[in-house]
Amino acid sequence: MNYNLSHLKELESESIFVLREVAAQFENPVLMFSGGKDSILMSYLAYKAFYPAKAPFPLLHIDTGHNFDETIEFRDAWVERLGLRLIVGSVQEAIDAGWLKEEKGFNASRNSLQTPVLLKALEDGKYDAALGGARRDEEKARAKERFFSHRDEFGQWNPKNQRPELWNLFNGKKHFGEHFRVFPISNWTELDVWQYLAMENVPLPTLYFAHKRMVFERDGTLLADTPFIKRRPYEQLQEMSVRCRTIGDMTCTGVWESNADTLEKIIQEISVARKTERGGRTDDKRSETSMEDRKAKGYF
Amino acid sequence: MSKTTTELLRFTTAGSVDDGKSTLIGRLLYDSKSIFEDQYETIKSVSERRGEGNVNLALLTDGLKSEREQGITIDVAYRYFATPKRKFIIADTPGHIQYTRNMITGASTANVALILIDARHGVVEQTRRHAIIASLLQIPHLVICINKMDLVDFSEEVYASIQYDFEKFASKLDINDVSFIPISALLGDNIVNRSENMDWYEGATLMYYLENVHIASDHNFIDTRFPVQFVIRPYNDKFHDYRGYAGRVAGGVIKKGDKVMLLPSGFTTTVTKIDTADGELEQAFPPQSVTILLEDDLDLSRGDMIVRENNQPEVTQDIEVMVCWFNETPLQLRGKYTIMHTTREARCVVKDIRYKMNINTLHRNEEDKTIGINDIARVVLRTTKPLFVDAYRKNRTTGSIILIDEQTNETVGVGMII
Repeated sequence: MNYNLSHLKELESESIFVLREVAAQFENPVLMFSGGKDSILMSYLAYKAFYPAKAPFPLLHIDTGHNFDETIEFRDAWVERLGLRLIVGSVQEAIDAGWLKEEKGFNASRNSLQTPVLLKALEDGKYDAALGGARRDEEKARAKERFFSHRDEFGQWNPKNQRPELWNLFNGKKHFGEHFRVFPISNWTELDVWQYLAMENVPLPTLYFAHKRMVFERDGTLLADTPFIKRRPYEQLQEMSVRCRTIGDMTCTGVWESNADTLEKIIQEISVARKTERGGRTDDKRSETSMEDRKAKGYF
Repeated sequence: MSKTTTELLRFTTAGSVDDGKSTLIGRLLYDSKSIFEDQYETIKSVSERRGEGNVNLALLTDGLKSEREQGITIDVAYRYFATPKRKFIIADTPGHIQYTRNMITGASTANVALILIDARHGVVEQTRRHAIIASLLQIPHLVICINKMDLVDFSEEVYASIQYDFEKFASKLDINDVSFIPISALLGDNIVNRSENMDWYEGATLMYYLENVHIASDHNFIDTRFPVQFVIRPYNDKFHDYRGYAGRVAGGVIKKGDKVMLLPSGFTTTVTKIDTADGELEQAFPPQSVTILLEDDLDLSRGDMIVRENNQPEVTQDIEVMVCWFNETPLQLRGKYTIMHTTREARCVVKDIRYKMNINTLHRNEEDKTIGINDIARVVLRTTKPLFVDAYRKNRTTGSIILIDEQTNETVGVGMII
C-alpha cells in the first residue's frame, strides 16, 4: 500500500498541527495579518485546521495608512469570507494621538512604526500568542528561528532564550507578561507558498500579478509612484509591467519587472529566480542586521 | 506541471566549515536551481558564477550578529532547496562536541544523516560522534560523503579503506542503511554530476541519492497511535452535535469503521468519520493531520490517545530514557521536571541515573553521574500520570519526550524512551 504525502500536503499537515497546538496551549491567540500572501496562506490553513468550526482567534492588521488600496480591499473581502473578527491597529491614529513620530526625509517609511503599534495592540488585547506568516527561507536572521518563538515582557526576541524544538514537541510555557510569536509556515519556501495557493485556488491580491504601473528606481530597487514617497528630481517615472513578490506598504515594497500575470507564470519565474524574495524590501536594506535588530525590538 | 507529487525529505549535516560542508551545501542549493532552469526554456538564462554562490552561503552560515561578533555559531540553521523530484530541508549544525545538543535537535525529524569525512584524515572522533548521534536518534538512512577526494588523487584504495573503517565502527551501532559516496565538493565531483576522475565508482551521485532514497517507509504504519491534540466543537446550526478529535496520526493506518480503544479510559468505540476541510477520508496515516469522529459520546480530551485494542502502547508511569541534557544547570537526581510526551503533560522525578554515555566511544560510565550540558545519560523517570509510550526505536513520535524546568520554563532535556 502506498502511504505517501506530497511535500505540499506534508507541509500543510505540519502547519495545521502547529496552529492547533497554539489553540491548545494559549489562552488568547491572535493571527497577525498583513494582507500579503504568507498571511493569506496562514489564515487559509487556520480555516482548514479548525474546520468545521471557525478558527478560535481574530485577525490583527497593523495598518500604516500607506497601504496599496488593493491590500485593504482584499483584506476586507477575505476576512468576511473566513468569517473572522478583524482588529486594526492604526499607525495613523498613534501619530495623531501624539505618541508616535513620523519619519522624515526621502526614505521615510512607517515600517518601523509598526512595532510600537503592534506591541500596544498585543498588550491591549492581552494576547499571549501572535501567529505570524514568517518563513525561515526569507532572510538570514530567520534561518534559525523557531516555530514557537519566545518573547520577553518587552516583546523582545533574545536568541539565548529560544527553546530547542525536537519532534513535534513545542514548549509554549511562559511567565506572566510574556508572550510567544508562532510561525506555522516556517518550513515553507516562497515557491511552496505559490504552488500551494495555486493548487488550492486561493484568491490573491492583484498586486502580485504583472500589471502596468508608474515606477522609479532608487538604490537598485524599483518603487511604485505614490504620494507617500517623496521623489527626488532625478528619479524619473516610467511606465513598466511589474509585480510585487512581497508586499509591505507602498513606501517599502519594491516591484519587479515582470510579465507574469498568472499563477503558473509566477511559479515558473520563482523557480529559477536568483534574487531573494525580500531583495526588493528597502526595510531590510537599512543595514546588514536590519531584521535581527528589529526582531530584538519586537518587530514581527 | 505535476509539482504536487514531490516528496519532502529532511536531512542533517554536521561539521565545521573546514570540512567543506559549506561548499557542499552551496553546491546543493545552487546547483538544484540549475535543474529547474533546464526545465523551463522560456525563462531567461541567468549567468551564474560559482564564486557568487559561495559568497552568499558564507553570509547565510553565520546569520546572527552576536554569532559573528563572538565567532561562534549557536544553533541549527534550516536551509531549503528543491528539485523537480523532491523538496529538501537541511538541518545544519556545527560538528564540534559542544554542539551535540544542536545536532540532536536537527536529527530529531531527519530522514537522512549526511556525514562528511575528509579523505585525508579518514574516520575521526567527530565522525564517530555524528554516527552515534544518528544511531541514537534513529535516523533511518546514513550517507557518508568522503570529501576532498581530489586531495588524495581520487584513490580507490583510500576510499575503500575509509569505508572499511567506518563499517567496522558502525557494526556496533543501531544503523541499518548506510551508503558511501566519494566526492569533491570543491570540484563538484559526484555531487550533482558524476565524477570523471573516479570511474571505479559505480554508485550514485549525492543528488541522485537524495532524490531517490526510499523514505516512504520511514514512518510506522503498523501500530495505530492517534494522540488527541484538540477537540473541535463548532456549536453552530449546521454542525450542532459535531465533536471531532483533531490531531496528527503518529502511527499506523486508521480506517473509517475501525474499532478502537481510548486511553487512559480503556473504553472501546468505532471510528465513524475521518474528517478534513477537503472532505472525509477513508483512511489516515502518519504524518497526516485529521479530525476523527467516534460513534460513542465518550469523555476524550487533549492528551488522551486513540489506539487499537490488540496493539496498545505501554501505559506506564515508569520510563527508562536516554536523555540529552540541554541546560547549563545539570540534571538533578531526584529533581522534578515537567515532562511532555505527544500531547500529554505531566510532572516527573528523576529516580535514578544509570550511566553517563561517552558520545565519542559509546562507553558507559556508571561512576560519573554529573550530567551537564551536551551530556547523554540513561535515566529512570517516574511520572505523576501514566504515559502511553513506545520504544523510540519503534516510533519516534510516541517514543520521545522533553523535560521542562518548572521555574524557568526552559526546555532542559530531551529523551528517547528505551
